[in-house]
Amino acid sequence: MIYLQLIWAFFRIGLLSFGGGYAVLPMIDQIIVDQYGWMTAQQFTDIITISQMTPGPIAINAATFVGNQLLGVPGGIVATIGVCLPSLIIVLALAYFYFKYQNLALVQGVVTAMRPAVVALIASAGFSIILTAFFGSGEPVIQLGHLNGVSVAIFLVSLFLLRRFKLDPTYIIIITGIIGLVVYSIL
Amino acid sequence: MTREKAVLWELFKSTFRISMFTFGGGYVIVPMMQKRFCDELGWIERDEMLDLVAIAQSAPGPIAMNASIMVGYRVAGLYGALVTALGTMFPPLIIMTIVTYIYNAIRDNAYVGYVMLGMEAGIAAIILNVVFDMAAGIIKQGNIVNIIVLLLSLLLAIFYQVNVVWLLLMAAVIGFIQTFIRIQRGEIE
Repeated sequence: MIYLQLIWAFFRIGLLSFGGGYAVLPMIDQIIVDQYGWMTAQQFTDIITISQMTPGPIAINAATFVGNQLLGVPGGIVATIGVCLPSLIIVLALAYFYFKYQNLALVQGVVTAMRPAVVALIASAGFSIILTAFFGSGEPVIQLGHLNGVSVAIFLVSLFLLRRFKLDPTYIIIITGIIGLVVYSIL
Repeated sequence: MTREKAVLWELFKSTFRISMFTFGGGYVIVPMMQKRFCDELGWIERDEMLDLVAIAQSAPGPIAMNASIMVGYRVAGLYGALVTALGTMFPPLIIMTIVTYIYNAIRDNAYVGYVMLGMEAGIAAIILNVVFDMAAGIIKQGNIVNIIVLLLSLLLAIFYQVNVVWLLLMAAVIGFIQTFIRIQRGEIE
């Protein structure tokens, strides 16, 4: 019974989380903390921190975490499947219709016009990550005194390697992680 | 291994690897997917990848998940979509399962924090790099309406934190009107 509740709870979270990333947090808070009481407010804060430290979407991380806490490994798997199901169903339907009608001029026109908006969204996500990396806060209020010189240096070298040598982003992530570990341990 | 199986296996491996390195939010996967599926495997055009991301964005759920499913479906239909969904789901599932049992140790570990601080700057560069290329591509096409949509969306997203769904809807409506007018004028069929 609790397995069904778990699937249903995370199915709803998956279904209602438009916009990805942090848009899903209030939903998790409302359903998992307030409604079911499966997680305390402290654990919820921990989920956010841990999600930033581990790869993968916050919604999946939260699902695995809560499922594991409640019912062990099978719970984690069940909750994760629950949160992914809406994506699978809805995106499959969208994909089916898109590839069926993509040759229609109107469909093509609409999707092409969405490209610049997608670029802007990626740029805006990048902007807040740059602020976080440089100033330790994603708020668009810049405090020069908090400027992290090491981050700026890592950023510039990474950008150079990416543009000049077309280095694989995966290697950038691994290398910058190691540099962070070494440099900040010494400082 | 038959050709179809080889393609499915490649889809699984690629999405698994990409998902394993998706730190810092779903958009990081766009450059990674372009690198893997457009540049290395040559299965998808770079421009088309943006269309797939646009559609992935207009559905609920994690961006990384949705974009993977779009790519999987584009390359190998229903089975492709299922395989990429699993490939994207496994790394966070496995890693979070381990983390659940040791999270007190990780949460307060200074060294984990140092690694993350370093990575953050790297991820910022990865995203900025891909934004350069994509914005240049759109500006080069010289379509004034698209350039305005780009700048307007940027403004609304950064300074007014307008919801993603509204921005995409705005762009879609503008695209619809623009294309409709061109069809009326007989510029396109």
